[in-house]
Amino acid sequence: MGIISVENLKYKYPDTDKLVLNDLSFDVEQGEYIGLIGKNTAGKSTLCFALAGLVPHFFNGAYGGKVLINELEVRQHEIGEISSHVGLVFENPFSQMTGSKYTVYEEIAFGLENMGLDRETMIHRIDESLELLDITGIQDKNPFDLSGGQMQRVAIASVIAMKPDILILDEPTSQLDPQGTDEVFKVIENLRKEGITIIMAEHKIDKMAGYADKILFMHDGKLIDYSSPGEVFSRDDLEDYGMTAPAVTRISKSLGIQNKQNGLYPVTLKELSREIGDTYELHRN
Amino acid sequence: MIPMNSIEIKNLSFSYTAGNDVLKGIDLTLNGAATAIVGQNGAGKSTFVKLLKGLIVPTEGEIVLNGKNTKDYTVASLAKEIGLVFQNPNDQVFKNTVISEVMFGPLNIGMDEQDAREKSMEALRKVKLDEYVDTNPYDLSLSERKMIAIASILAMDPNIVIFDEPTMGQDHEGKETLKEIIYELRNQGKLVLCILHDMDFAAEVFERTIVFNQGRVQIEGPTRDIFKQKDILHQAYLEQPIVAQIAEVLGVAGSYVTEKEVVSAAGACHDPNFVE
Repeated sequence: MGIISVENLKYKYPDTDKLVLNDLSFDVEQGEYIGLIGKNTAGKSTLCFALAGLVPHFFNGAYGGKVLINELEVRQHEIGEISSHVGLVFENPFSQMTGSKYTVYEEIAFGLENMGLDRETMIHRIDESLELLDITGIQDKNPFDLSGGQMQRVAIASVIAMKPDILILDEPTSQLDPQGTDEVFKVIENLRKEGITIIMAEHKIDKMAGYADKILFMHDGKLIDYSSPGEVFSRDDLEDYGMTAPAVTRISKSLGIQNKQNGLYPVTLKELSREIGDTYELHRN
Repeated sequence: MIPMNSIEIKNLSFSYTAGNDVLKGIDLTLNGAATAIVGQNGAGKSTFVKLLKGLIVPTEGEIVLNGKNTKDYTVASLAKEIGLVFQNPNDQVFKNTVISEVMFGPLNIGMDEQDAREKSMEALRKVKLDEYVDTNPYDLSLSERKMIAIASILAMDPNIVIFDEPTMGQDHEGKETLKEIIYELRNQGKLVLCILHDMDFAAEVFERTIVFNQGRVQIEGPTRDIFKQKDILHQAYLEQPIVAQIAEVLGVAGSYVTEKEVVSAAGACHDPNFVE
């Protein structure tokens, strides 16, 4: 069994009629990087909440099926216990700030204080996270005086500092510029190399395609597909779900550039370059 | 004839604290063309549009908006002329129903109740949220709330519309909706300015692009010319739109801003039946 195991998960928010999560089942292995895609309202954020335990413990509502994190059943354990395994970065960094701390440094310390770490470990971890996200320069600022992009980095740093086994990120780069986005993708890639399992909801699929091992594709609360980026983005019916493939894939499709063995279209510039190389090779021979 | 809206910016500088310039000596004339403003976080983009909107006043230089210095406008008269959609809708949205939120602006600039309601409904249809009239904006998702913030500016029908990061958090369909709105505003002769981190959206939708870097205009001109200058973009910590990167990998020379252009250019040289 994987580090995350979801079995027939169903959920609806209190006072609503519609299942936001509709019979989801999937497993995630330790160290995998899962890209979570789907149009807005597909249920991505709710799934993130369900993996972190906020659903059903914080939001209540009707819940069916099982979510197992490190073999702990989320429903049967308190949020505090789950949060030692799972870190969640919210879509809106504003919601993540505690509001009780006056500096970025203390904000990042907050989670660590709650974990009961000793002072030295805390200082070490805070400095490390500040550096990773390149925000050492703003460590003494009030979190609410920051720009959206800076606040987003603080939100990520505050979760990374807790060193969770599983890191869940809900559109972590929405307010970042291209360089900031690249940096965050690289930071997350490095965490993955350390063996941390990553689940990341993101609209920037052109970037995501180059990092994720697998794509979890949702629509209307249902799981549409759960396979490699190449397989998911080569589907012909993405538009029916209000989705689109990365530009590389769309252009490759128009030009008929595909992998000769498996028939899949390239999803990254690197893959495109490789396919073209092969085509030229063929022509030369 | 539709009157042309214009903003002339002369030697504009601004600092929040003395000696620490956020913007330095900006000279620009904005008219006609839908214009994208790009640059890394902290380059001064949001400060620049706040100055245009009169939320802050220049430390030096001046802004002439449709022939009149922004200093000579009252806040109310400037509000009719120019609308700014904030980056974070939570800074803008405060009413407890969607319709009262969207009607707040039009009512405040002196529109009567019926006009304000009509304009607001029209704006809500454009952002495709007209079924949520009585919903609390904070029961909507962040991307929907972003659209509410846009609708509340559209409802005021200003001549100049500025968007700060409208694509943030929007999915494919949301971006398509934004494109329709921007094209329509432009066809109505409005001046559209848009701060963007999404270079693909900037390349596809806007005729003109201004690159900000550390408080200055690094380069500006027709979008197509700007986005082929890879080195200058890198200096401003930006990247080329993905279509331009794809064109490079495909080995087709030229300057591309849409997928279609890349496909037709590459189609010619990658067609297996193509004989040189």
